Amino acid sequence: MTKSVFSMCGMCTVRCPIRVESEDNKVTWIEGNQHLLGGALCAKGSAGPALVADKERPQQPLIRVGDRGAGRWKKVSWDTALDYVTDKLKKIKEEHGPESVVLSSRGGPWQNMYKTFIHAFGSPNYTNHDCTCGRNTHHASLSLNGVGRKGFIYDIKNAKHLILFGRNMFSSLRIAENLQTLDMLDNGGKLTYVDVRQTMTGLKADRFFQVRPGTDYALILAMIHEIIKRDVYDHDFVKQYVSGFEELSTFVEQYTPAWAAKECGIKEKAIHAFIDDIIPVMPKVIFHPGWNLSRYKDSFYASRGLHILNVLMGNIEQKGGLIIPKGPGDCGVKGIRSLDCAKPDIKRADGVGWKYKHFDKGPGLAHLFFEAMEKEEPYPVKAWITMRHDPFSGMPDPQRQKASFDHCDLLVAIDTHYGEFSWYADVILPESTYLERESTICVQKGLKPRLAVRKKAIEAEADTKPAWWIFKEFAKRLGIDEYFPYDTIEELWNWQLEPTGFSIEDFDEKGFISLTDDPIMYDPKNLEGKFATPSGKIEMISKKLTDAGLPSLKEYESPLKPEKGMFRLVYGRSAVHSHGHTTNNPLLNELMPKNSLWINTRVANKLGIANGDLVDVAAEDNSYTGTMNAHVVDYIHPEAVYMVHGFGKHIPLQSRSYHAGVSDQKLMVGKLDDWDQAGGAINLCESFVHVRRSVQNLKRRVEL
Amino acid sequence: MNKYMIYLNSKRCIGCHGCEVHCKSVKGLPVGPFLCEIDHKAVPSVKGFPKTEFTFRSCYHCDNPLCVPICPTDAMIKRADGIVYIDQEKCIGCMACATACPWAIPEMNPDTNKAVKCDYCMDRVDAGLKPACVTKCTTHALKFVTMQEV
Repeated sequence: MTKSVFSMCGMCTVRCPIRVESEDNKVTWIEGNQHLLGGALCAKGSAGPALVADKERPQQPLIRVGDRGAGRWKKVSWDTALDYVTDKLKKIKEEHGPESVVLSSRGGPWQNMYKTFIHAFGSPNYTNHDCTCGRNTHHASLSLNGVGRKGFIYDIKNAKHLILFGRNMFSSLRIAENLQTLDMLDNGGKLTYVDVRQTMTGLKADRFFQVRPGTDYALILAMIHEIIKRDVYDHDFVKQYVSGFEELSTFVEQYTPAWAAKECGIKEKAIHAFIDDIIPVMPKVIFHPGWNLSRYKDSFYASRGLHILNVLMGNIEQKGGLIIPKGPGDCGVKGIRSLDCAKPDIKRADGVGWKYKHFDKGPGLAHLFFEAMEKEEPYPVKAWITMRHDPFSGMPDPQRQKASFDHCDLLVAIDTHYGEFSWYADVILPESTYLERESTICVQKGLKPRLAVRKKAIEAEADTKPAWWIFKEFAKRLGIDEYFPYDTIEELWNWQLEPTGFSIEDFDEKGFISLTDDPIMYDPKNLEGKFATPSGKIEMISKKLTDAGLPSLKEYESPLKPEKGMFRLVYGRSAVHSHGHTTNNPLLNELMPKNSLWINTRVANKLGIANGDLVDVAAEDNSYTGTMNAHVVDYIHPEAVYMVHGFGKHIPLQSRSYHAGVSDQKLMVGKLDDWDQAGGAINLCESFVHVRRSVQNLKRRVEL
Repeated sequence: MNKYMIYLNSKRCIGCHGCEVHCKSVKGLPVGPFLCEIDHKAVPSVKGFPKTEFTFRSCYHCDNPLCVPICPTDAMIKRADGIVYIDQEKCIGCMACATACPWAIPEMNPDTNKAVKCDYCMDRVDAGLKPACVTKCTTHALKFVTMQEV
């Protein structure tokens, strides 16, 4: 009999709404939720059943028996594994205090479960992957608007012009956003794209600025300059909601389009033509403030600049602009209950909140724990639990990280698949795949807020468990299970929904519960109280930054030029992989088994590199080298080389991705400490690599 | 006269290869055969910047398919509505069809050692649905078109 359930995709962290059909516990069909996506799904989404069927993911809990990273494991029962982990945690707590345990996860709607656990255990040290993702954008928005990066959604569909700085959205694939963008283009809207190379997104753009790597901020400053100089910004909006506009005007006087054109390597008249284009369609102009903007040393300021441009457009709470997301309260409904435990009143080991007061205390900054581990300052870190987070894949320089993690007595990895970190860990706890597990109910804020839930489509094929069960079992063994008031997922869902008056069956019709029939907009003339800065205004000058000794309007500094024979390493993603999560998926591996090195044609010719040749790519200090095929293209800046992130994994049990391609983060030797003091994120595009034609290109071959 | 065709709106296509996996997934195909393909072709630059054209190819379901008469077991069948499909019970995997086809479209399924090719997901079409590649196209760029006599 065919079973059909609405659920949420889990192939990447966009979590698109899906509907799944199954027969005899086998998935037979997955499609995007017809009510929200009209069926649309990406290649990764359709490769879900291949993930379930893949025997090259952990099939039961594993405890390490050899040295760390040696890949010798003992298959154990869940009871044995959970007892092992919790006994060790108790011992560590006794000897070093509960704060010596860190838990890191992915960001997203389910963090509160993991946060509750680690707080209830007694540690303030919850962290997530965001220091290698959206932290700069988040802090930029906080410093300016008083709300984080999720404090706005982008009404792209109704916009007339969308500007993307390196946001390669047609490879990152948030399907709802992609559909909106294509609808906008179908309706005559325009797209401007800025990057160091041509991408799928750039192909769809009306205007493409190929800039010198690291000069985005210069172009942004010139755009601000020109909009103020031409006096076309929204005067009423600025007057009503903005403080420090005079300082901004004075600051950008020096940054003319002529200057930026020279700095970025683009045409001055193209900048003017761009400004000409947007003036008639203001305020329906969106400057996307960036997503994974943990790239250059001034990415935080670039993101602030993009936010400032939106402010000058006066597009906040305007159709076709930036919209403040609405929640249950705006719909006159009560919100759901969520697992929660107050953060213990102990200094965070990463220094966020006491040493670094200008950062959001929520998840802190994962990369700042390494120094704490090494120096045992402010206290030792003795255990690290990763929940679907792979520090070795996400952060630079895994070799340095390994040395730091060796200060820990316990490393636990919870994930559906083997990761580079889990391979080094002491215990692997396999989570069920997203098609085999449920998740807690979450609120999806927006113009039309809704409740969403992941339900399991099939029973688990291997001896794997959902996170809600794993954390409940941890909590029981550690005597903190009052924070996890459920035994079954149905009990947890009912407890969450109780204040709302909805029941879990209400998700059956469409896969979500809509909290309003009509989109909710605030009055754009009356947004007082929406900007949670100290003054309640959108602040061009942030006191928090000033107090931290940091400028709010930072003078532009030209990026370093690579030395001869070297290139700036730039990474990104493709439409068929979610970084390292999917490189071993049989169907996705078939589409893209390896990454390649994109290099400019002119430069490649000089180095004697032809398209498809093997090239050796070496870290700045030559301590790590990878060999990969060259992809020689005209449209990449000659200073940069580019590769897709997520390859070059060394996990023998993942036979398809084992040693396939090259890992960018392994090339970033010594770069764990290269981070943005103002934005908090790691500068992932501040590494330089050597590139040479590989001796592995065969010239002759003898068999003896 | 063929009743159906699949049309790609190249302006909406983002070359994400979703259709290929939607197809493989619904047909339960292993690594190897692809019943449809998206091709990226760089075109001469437009206003000094690079552009790419995307093309979609599955089976053309020819009006006079060469793969049908060549099949020694009558496994290759053209329906009244024009869909050309392979009766998997009758197919012996000789691949004569692929040799006869000007585009070598039928491929061997290594799991079954029989030929496979696009059949417009005819079970879905017969149930009033659209082929998998069209239903799930990431950007709604693919359309399943029913031809009408005018």
